[in-house]
Amino acid sequence: MTDRVEYVLRMNIIDVKDLTKRYKDLVAVDRVSFIVPEGSVFAFLGPNGAGKSTTIKMLTTLLHPTSGTMLVNGRNPIEEQDAVRKSFGIVFQDPSLDDELTALENMQFHGVLYGVPTPIRKQRTEELLQFVELWDRRDDQVKHFSGGMKRRLEIARGLLHHPKILFLDEPTLGLDPQTRNHIWSYIADLSKNERMTIFFTTHYMEEAERVAGMVAIIDHGKIIAQGSPAALKAETGTNSLEEAFLKLTGNVIREEDASSADRMRTQRRMWRR
Amino acid sequence: MNVIYILWLRQVKRYLRSRARIVGSLGQPLLFLIALGFGLGPIYEKAGGGNYIQFLAPGIIAMSILFTAIFSGIEVIWDKQFGFLKETLAAPVSRFKIMLGRTLGSATVAALQGLIVFTLSLIVGFRPVDLWLLPLALLIMFLIALTFTALGTAIASILDDMQGFQLIMNFLVMPLFFLSGALFPLDGLPAVITAIARVDPLSYGIDALRQVLVGQSHFSFGTDIGILAAIALILLTTGSYLFSRIEA
Repeated sequence: MTDRVEYVLRMNIIDVKDLTKRYKDLVAVDRVSFIVPEGSVFAFLGPNGAGKSTTIKMLTTLLHPTSGTMLVNGRNPIEEQDAVRKSFGIVFQDPSLDDELTALENMQFHGVLYGVPTPIRKQRTEELLQFVELWDRRDDQVKHFSGGMKRRLEIARGLLHHPKILFLDEPTLGLDPQTRNHIWSYIADLSKNERMTIFFTTHYMEEAERVAGMVAIIDHGKIIAQGSPAALKAETGTNSLEEAFLKLTGNVIREEDASSADRMRTQRRMWRR
Repeated sequence: MNVIYILWLRQVKRYLRSRARIVGSLGQPLLFLIALGFGLGPIYEKAGGGNYIQFLAPGIIAMSILFTAIFSGIEVIWDKQFGFLKETLAAPVSRFKIMLGRTLGSATVAALQGLIVFTLSLIVGFRPVDLWLLPLALLIMFLIALTFTALGTAIASILDDMQGFQLIMNFLVMPLFFLSGALFPLDGLPAVITAIARVDPLSYGIDALRQVLVGQSHFSFGTDIGILAAIALILLTTGSYLFSRIEA
């Protein structure tokens, strides 16, 4: 048993080498390399437009890289899409629940998509909804949920098929401190009790400092620093991860052209479905 | 449970839960039936065309199917960014199954909408000649729905956001409807209009529906069904191809 745990500890569940994504006039991700040890909590940090989401999309098979190699749970996301897809759960930056379905129906949908056998799906759905404290609201349509409840449901959903890695793209964006705390305590639980690997991005440096064992900082498509929060602080001679982050990435505000998603966020308010 | 089935179920559940939207979307066909049916009826009859409501109703049923189908296809744009689709794209399921389940669901919804408009047209005075042919009429409605859901999905797979929506409405959906023979017979028209009506898939759908419901037609029934089915197949194939290339 101990031997197995030792072995597992040494395995890198994500291994990225020289990963590059080039658009016509822009290199969004530029020869990025990093490793994520299995069971770790890994924070992927960077200013707006640094290449965080693009990297996550490539790791999660949603986007083809221009060049470079990646291994997710020992598989190649380009050639073995389905094997990789089964190995992770993901919580996107924009909620991807169906508002007009109930919490339970959203879970059911996910379970069917991932081929989870019905009895296991039902049992696990109950466990997970209890875990994120939404079991009592299981038959309510998601449109009646608050932002924090939606996030919790998304986390529960992402865990339904027993993934080995959970990707969280700014999971606490726009949530109040109470809810943020709540969500991080679930995540810390998962990492500790289920040895699940957590890969997340955030703009809240104090969150990253508190929960992450490993941090990588990306800027202008390149990894500019990686290590434990303590190591990064020592390296930069600063007292907090936020100071270290600012020292490494500079104080210039990044102007990012509105993406189609940004434009649609505005339109969505006008064109309610 | 099957992936295609659950995607179908999702579309149908969403439809049945949005009562306000159902009622709202009936306003337009009802207005067309009343305003055009009663407004142009006397002239149409004087010109020797017979009862205009009988002629018009199949066209308006097809119109509501066309709009519902194209819209739910185009909803893929929303789904790509916010909705469920993003979740489904990261799931270990083939894109073809996702597209197929969703399209079948939306087509079912559009055909249901057509059935409701059919019922409304009965209130306005429409009388189908043979009620036994109703199942066949439903099948034609579903075929029309399938064709245009696939078209909407294909368009949505290419577009990034809703910027082009107005363009599609005014230069594709509206011409598809107005130049299809929904409102006027296709006989004795200027050559240009005849040519356009001939390449408009909706013309064949409406013609088939009219033949089954009121026994009037312009093309032969075999031509109608053959062409409509062929176009549905082409659009479904194109739609799945474009859909499979969506990158988040």
